[in-house]
Amino acid sequence: MKTSSPVTSIIAAVGATVITLAQNWKLAGFILILVLGAIFPFWASGVFTFQITQLLIYAIAIAGLNLLTGFNGQFSLGHSAFYAIGAYVSAILMTQLDMPFYLTIPIAAAVCFVFGFLFGLPALRLEGIYLALATFALAIATPQMLKFKPIEHLTGGVQGLTLFDRKPDAPFGLPFDQDQWTFYVTFAVTILMFFIAFSLVNSRSGRAMKAIRDNQIAAKVTGIDLSLFKTLTFGVSALFTGVAGALSAMLIAFVAPDSFQITLAVAIFVGMVVGGVGWIPGAFLGGLFILFVPNIAEHIAFGLSATFDQIRKIIPFFPSIGEQSAKGLTGTVYGVFLILLIYIMPSGLAGLLRLAVQRIAKARG
Amino acid sequence: MEQVVQQIIGGLATGAIYACIALSIVMIYQAIDHLNFAQGEMAMFSTYIAWQLIQWGMPYWGAFFLTIAISFVLGYAIERTVFKPVHNAPVLSHIVIFIALFAIINSMAGFIWEFTIKPFPTPFGTKSVLGEGLLSAHGAGMIAVTGIMLGLLYLFFRYTRVGLAMRAASANPDSARLVGIRVGFMNALGWGMAAAIGAVAGMMIAPVVFLEPNMMVTILLYGFAGAVVGGLTSPGGAVFGGFAVGVLENLASFVPHFGAEMKLSIALALIILVLTLKPHGLFGRRIVSRV
Amino acid sequence: MKIKKYGMIPALALGFAVAMAGTVSAQSPGVTDTEIKIGNINPYSGPASAYGTIGKTISAYFKMVNAEGGINGRMINFITYDDSYSPPKALEQVRKLVESDNVLLVFQALGTPGNSAIQGYLNGKKVPQLFVATGATKWGDPKKFPWTMGWQPNYQSEGRIYAAYILKNHPNGKIGILYQNDDYGKDYVKGLKDGLGAKAKEMIISEQPYEVADPTVDSQMIALKASGADIFFNATTPKFAAQSIKKAAEIGWKPVHFLNQVSVSVGQVMTPAGAENGEGIFSTGYIKDQNDPQWKDDAGMNKWRAFMDKYYPDGDKTSSFTTYGYTVAQNLHKILLSLGKNVTRESVMKAAASIKDMDLDLLLPGIKINTSATDFFPIEQQQMMKFNAKEKRWDFFGPVIAGEVRGS
Repeated sequence: MKTSSPVTSIIAAVGATVITLAQNWKLAGFILILVLGAIFPFWASGVFTFQITQLLIYAIAIAGLNLLTGFNGQFSLGHSAFYAIGAYVSAILMTQLDMPFYLTIPIAAAVCFVFGFLFGLPALRLEGIYLALATFALAIATPQMLKFKPIEHLTGGVQGLTLFDRKPDAPFGLPFDQDQWTFYVTFAVTILMFFIAFSLVNSRSGRAMKAIRDNQIAAKVTGIDLSLFKTLTFGVSALFTGVAGALSAMLIAFVAPDSFQITLAVAIFVGMVVGGVGWIPGAFLGGLFILFVPNIAEHIAFGLSATFDQIRKIIPFFPSIGEQSAKGLTGTVYGVFLILLIYIMPSGLAGLLRLAVQRIAKARG
Repeated sequence: MEQVVQQIIGGLATGAIYACIALSIVMIYQAIDHLNFAQGEMAMFSTYIAWQLIQWGMPYWGAFFLTIAISFVLGYAIERTVFKPVHNAPVLSHIVIFIALFAIINSMAGFIWEFTIKPFPTPFGTKSVLGEGLLSAHGAGMIAVTGIMLGLLYLFFRYTRVGLAMRAASANPDSARLVGIRVGFMNALGWGMAAAIGAVAGMMIAPVVFLEPNMMVTILLYGFAGAVVGGLTSPGGAVFGGFAVGVLENLASFVPHFGAEMKLSIALALIILVLTLKPHGLFGRRIVSRV
Repeated sequence: MKIKKYGMIPALALGFAVAMAGTVSAQSPGVTDTEIKIGNINPYSGPASAYGTIGKTISAYFKMVNAEGGINGRMINFITYDDSYSPPKALEQVRKLVESDNVLLVFQALGTPGNSAIQGYLNGKKVPQLFVATGATKWGDPKKFPWTMGWQPNYQSEGRIYAAYILKNHPNGKIGILYQNDDYGKDYVKGLKDGLGAKAKEMIISEQPYEVADPTVDSQMIALKASGADIFFNATTPKFAAQSIKKAAEIGWKPVHFLNQVSVSVGQVMTPAGAENGEGIFSTGYIKDQNDPQWKDDAGMNKWRAFMDKYYPDGDKTSSFTTYGYTVAQNLHKILLSLGKNVTRESVMKAAASIKDMDLDLLLPGIKINTSATDFFPIEQQQMMKFNAKEKRWDFFGPVIAGEVRGS
């Protein structure tokens, strides 16, 4: 018998790995994601890296909202408030205490958890639509609260805080530029947060959260401490969104009250529904939607003018849209997109996939 | 002291604005069991329709009532075309549709009529009613119109068969169907009525704030605040809530140092405070759900 | 034989590359032999969409330039994106403009928050952030931000002009201020206070802020009247300006009224507010008002009218945004023309920083564009004006004032 030569050993090792991966596809998928994430910023342009980093940040925020609304049944239209708190905490720590960015993330997370928990306390008394309205009011009041005079010296008031000089460079002289390094940090944090989300959702606590969502009274009867769970979930949800906010402070390198308008809270909400309420991975599709669809809508609106002119050549009575005015139709195109999406996927992507899985199962017999 | 009185009366005038919108919000909530985030935009769009009719030469009251009729039809149409196909979708998806409607209506208004502000006429004149410009004739007229609408709605829901059917359809659609009520039709009717009320609100509000596509955005929030404070199940409560929010918003400017700057935050604090103490609003009825 | 054949390929490739380089880009980003790319962001959606008219006007202006032959043989490709007045979106769009679309410069980006968000990035990438569409005083700081330049007279200098007038004509007056609670409003208030100097504390007896989100400013106006002020400094945007003028008349308050020039449009503000209520209001101006009958036959104004009719027919001819957009676009047009064939980011910035007495169609007579290496404020002159309710126009009076305020 031959003793194993190095080549044979290598082939055997590779073979074993492939077989393990094939049998354990979740692990394979995870490793694939890691690899893709590692090479992505080298292949992509600076702008695209920036956009995908933004996507990851939105995904974290959406996952946070999903934990609260999708898994625990508490409506929130106000998550831009926690996003803002996370961003400002990070920015203030960097400008006032010269703290390195990485440290600000866990602190921002903790602060947001506390705020979320505190907001969760009165929220206990509010159901459904009333809670939605209270959170909606919170989001609208947030920019104004950020301009609060007594704390202006910390927050920079209406001018906000510029962090451009503090954008972290890759440490230890690693050969990454700022865009790439920001991406890697965000990527790592995203993996961590989603790991936490998955673990939470599949744990006993996760089941308790879902039980509360499905039938509060029944859940209470089975011994689940409603108040504790609901407020804790609020806190965790705020924590997630706050982490996203802190990451965005580094990405944009600028925080101001105008960065956190109600449109952000609405966007996070829309992202959650599009991705699928109660389905964590849907957050990425939701993020994709809110990041790119407005741009696509803008292009389509702009192109409408030319399209209408083409149609006018065939149908002379057809109205024409001035090229400049067409830009104003961006909102209409976006709204129509959204409605069509709900028609096709009333329960978001998650619902569509569920339906597909069911159909396949049915077809199999 | 005189200033306090002035601010209270001024607050009642702005409160009338919020009360109008709060009423239409509660109205549609009663009809379809949903909160319509696009309510403000619909009201704004209706007001633009009225404005356009007046531009084309129609006298004020003609335009007023024609707009109400058109808004009713549009509201009905929106329900039938946009909501009927998705009425089985989960609640959250419905909210997204409201958001989409908001975007579409806001954008279309800006596209058709541009963003420059337009003055909107008032049928009540601008003379002062309570000396020294405290309350203009229009302000008084607005309060009166809100009261009339409230009265009509009360009569409608309490004493007409259609009103009763509508309440049944929204409270319990399945049981309502069993007794022969056409639930879909009731929903659409409710939408039409809410749109009509919104149109009145818009036409009352525009002379004060000037007509422009974004005019209703914050008013809607204050309207929500009023509706919530008063109770989403009580039209009278909503009107009261609207006035309350208006007065309190003005009184907020007396809070030393930062009162004037923090009006929105005070509205928020108000909402949360009231709801913490009375989760269904001051006048709302508690709906007991059985397991 | 084989070697020779393979040797041809690299040679051909090299030759090809050299040829391509020659035609495509010995020049700056955004510039080819046939095209110049100009980037812009404007709020076409969201709460500030009214200002989107400016972007649309500039877009139409460059269409006109192209129709008339372009600039020194190159066509203008004006690329404008919507930022919804949100700083993160502004940064994303500007990065797209610079890195994907490869524009020559970012021109007339609108809004202080958005410009604050992109300032560090653009200066780092050495891309001109030219003629930003905001009057905030911080945009003229060539030492720290050599690639950023403002354009319109800054708000503080305007505030100072009013202060000077007040000190001269109403030294014992009591001042009440209504201001928008953001960069814009606060900048105005600072200018006024700085101009009043030591007397600011005793003269200003009431300061009422409001938010853009507020439905009305009625409560603030009531408070101002109750304070006993007899001078009114009004730092509000058009909608609120109209509301405040109307309310002042309703409650019978007739102070000496100074209105900021952002809101002087006859069509947009004075008429809706009720022209008779505007009698005697003071302001400053630097651009001709198209609603003013005195410019009926003015050559520059007629050029603008022809432009609107042909290239932006949907545009609002009574809005000051369209005259503003036309004027600032014309400014850039003239700068680019002066560069001839040598159009690079550096040459654009240099030319922008060395303008001497440039005339533009719609600038008031006597007002010229002037910049230098230490002066990044192209327009610093303004003239005071008073509203004539009977004729529904603003009457200019007094000298052209240079209200110089440098950086802050």
